[in-house]
Amino acid sequence: MGKLFAVTLAVIAILSAIPVVTHTWYGSAISLSPPEDISTHGHAIDDQLRDTMVEAGVSFLAAQLLLAFFVFKFADRKPDAEIKTFPGGARVMVIAAVVLVGTEILALGVLGQKAWANVYFRPAAPDAFEIQAQAGQFAFYFRYPGADGKFGALHPDKIDEGNSNFFGLDPANDAESRDDIVSGELAIPVDREVHLLMHAKDVGHSFYVRELRIQQDFVPGLDLSVHFTATKVGKYEIVCTQLCGLGHYNMKAYLNVLSQADFDSWLKQKASEQ
Amino acid sequence: MSDGTAQAVQHHTAPTGFIRKHVFSLDHKVIGLQYYGLALVAVFIGMVLSWLMRIHLVWPSWPIPGLSLLSKAGAPGGVMTPEYYLSLLTMHGTLMVFFVLTNAPFAAFGNYFLPIQIGAEDMAFPRFNMVSFWTTFLAFCILISAFFVSDGPPISGWTAYATLSAVGSDSGPGEGLGQTLWALSIFVFCIASLLGSLNFIATTLDLRTRGMTLSRMPISTWAWFITSCISLLAFAVLLPACLLLILDRVAGTSFFIPAGLVVSDHLQPHSGGSPLLWQHLFWFFGHPEVYIAILPAMGIVSHILINSMRRPLLSHKVIIYCMMGIGFLSYMVWGHHMFVSGMNPFSSLVFSFPTLVITIPATMMTLIWMGSLYGSRLRITAASLFALGFLSMFVSGGVSGFFLAQPSIDIYLHATYFVVGHFHMVMGVAAIFGVFAGTYFWFPKMTGHMMNESLGKLHFWLTFIGTYCIFMPFHYLGLAGNVRRYSAFVDDFLVPLIPVHRFVTYAALFTGAAQLIFLGNLVYSRFRGPAAPANPWEGTSLEWTMPSPPPFDNFGGKHPVVYHDPYQYGVKSSTGDYLMQDSPEQA
Repeated sequence: MGKLFAVTLAVIAILSAIPVVTHTWYGSAISLSPPEDISTHGHAIDDQLRDTMVEAGVSFLAAQLLLAFFVFKFADRKPDAEIKTFPGGARVMVIAAVVLVGTEILALGVLGQKAWANVYFRPAAPDAFEIQAQAGQFAFYFRYPGADGKFGALHPDKIDEGNSNFFGLDPANDAESRDDIVSGELAIPVDREVHLLMHAKDVGHSFYVRELRIQQDFVPGLDLSVHFTATKVGKYEIVCTQLCGLGHYNMKAYLNVLSQADFDSWLKQKASEQ
Repeated sequence: MSDGTAQAVQHHTAPTGFIRKHVFSLDHKVIGLQYYGLALVAVFIGMVLSWLMRIHLVWPSWPIPGLSLLSKAGAPGGVMTPEYYLSLLTMHGTLMVFFVLTNAPFAAFGNYFLPIQIGAEDMAFPRFNMVSFWTTFLAFCILISAFFVSDGPPISGWTAYATLSAVGSDSGPGEGLGQTLWALSIFVFCIASLLGSLNFIATTLDLRTRGMTLSRMPISTWAWFITSCISLLAFAVLLPACLLLILDRVAGTSFFIPAGLVVSDHLQPHSGGSPLLWQHLFWFFGHPEVYIAILPAMGIVSHILINSMRRPLLSHKVIIYCMMGIGFLSYMVWGHHMFVSGMNPFSSLVFSFPTLVITIPATMMTLIWMGSLYGSRLRITAASLFALGFLSMFVSGGVSGFFLAQPSIDIYLHATYFVVGHFHMVMGVAAIFGVFAGTYFWFPKMTGHMMNESLGKLHFWLTFIGTYCIFMPFHYLGLAGNVRRYSAFVDDFLVPLIPVHRFVTYAALFTGAAQLIFLGNLVYSRFRGPAAPANPWEGTSLEWTMPSPPPFDNFGGKHPVVYHDPYQYGVKSSTGDYLMQDSPEQA
């Protein structure tokens, strides 16, 4: 039965690796890899993911196959078979773990820092295009500052979804808010850095765009932001990844990456609708 | 330390009445079995909940027979609502993490075997022990009662992130009384765990019999001891966290709720709190909790592997030091659950490093286990198969940790099915394999009956293949960006992935059904299994020196004397290829 275990384990290990290597679900049209990256920072994350995949994949296969091999060889031996000790004993194992895993950690850790720093340690450029995102149960809204380049202040007590005052603006008393443009879709210009100011209206939410390689929580009471540059015109899904209540699965919006000219006219049209 | 105090144990005589013997028992063995029974009930409820969720995910409009009886509002006509899906998800996670993964490998087996393996006749504080179990049972009843309150069970997941969990029924159905009951249940559970941990620590330090030095304790006992130290510190933080959550909910405080929130059109009357505070407190408990689940399984698996291989591990000490190292590091890594939470991005790197470093002791242990297989005389039994299955699962669940430990990759994989696959394999399945191995190994000792080995092996094969079929695909789904905790997949990029989910659902139903073989074997063998000898597996530690099942006072009023390290296998002695710990004979 030990041999059966060994063979089963080897088969499971190899079958497990196939979808990762081929990026498909056993030859079907179902893609199991991250979609094409459309950001300037994403390639570093993708490189890191690929390197980790290689290191983890090799460790996974080596460990499972070695386990299978030892069980194959040493299970169900005769009761008087000689007991042998692995050459070098525990010392070899301890050194191997420290050297192999230590190197792996250092390599991944140091390389990974760079990918992380790309996203978080560099502040948004001074001329980045500022947009405010608000997440609430169960919709995203986006606000553009309008012609004056300034966002009006938020007044939670003035939020009135029935009258489309999603952010709680007070145009009667606050001149800066009068030209603010509010949209359910996040339209942004291509190849220009966007600085997304994040505001949670009620509970925790998250902003996740697979293609942008961006995921950031909205946390009630915290002023958080992310910045990114999209490099490819197109429409992409923004989904919520922080459990926020019964409509969580359906909380989504679209990211619409437009050419600068198309974006300008989109913004102009939105302004006229307000 | 061990010499004199072992004599000073307070003697208590065997009770005769049913209540004192089987219900409010002070006997650590009965309490161990009670914990095991409670975990068994919890695991079957949790498993059925996972079936319901898996069915709903792939056949959302199919009415599940009988479901409307459980909740008319939650599943009108048997088709569950999105909020009821989240309720089942919350209850599944809470039951499994607290009442199964904490109770079974640690409280159940630890209670039963820790005193025996160190030669004590009971725990240090038998009354505390009884109170621990019944407090846990109370926590379980409070949690289950949330199924029956008018607006349903909570929907905020087992992590209960504020402010969803803190602002009350405005944030959704189940967030009224159901969520309060959840917090109360965990609060009570924490009290029970703290009492239990103190008892384990005191027992290990004070009640070891003559000759049972720390280094002569079996690895399983070491694992329970280290786990109780972790548990003491972890639950001591979750306890006040739950209290603060309850206060936010019922007393109008604002520990986790900031100002200016508008939930369901209501401006919340709170100010000054921080949702991140809950996350820090919760994960300060939550990450060590992973090791509370897995360390006892490591100990049990080591104990069983050594017995099955008929040789000691390459190093007993390295395993123990690694478990201590993992326990220590487990307190420095909680922030890796919060890389995208908005905490300072510099701290992400600080939390990432020790997370990666944990891989070193984990790899050392794996290599020691595997290297010990080399040249051994491995006996294949249901217990040893599950122990080998544990090794395989531990490796599979461990390598995916490499991805999630890196903040840059976590940006993409956070909150996807990759995470679900990772923690189910390493914390769920691996720990449960440890429990199965322990059950097949110790059942004869605990009940006096042998389990059916053939059924045990069949159970292993179906479970081993089945769990890989369930949890491996989760990793691929995560790589495709499949978000977790969705009650339906309606997004354009998720719809094409549904066939993979369908495969997982079939595998979950199949694997779940295979557990009925285990349950049948357990019940049948308990009553009809052949009588078990004192030492059916030719083991060396003290539990095998006494009849099966052990008498009330374990060692018949005597104090065993220990002469050897716990694992004298592969030696030549009058008994065969092993030497019992209490045998004065020299190999």
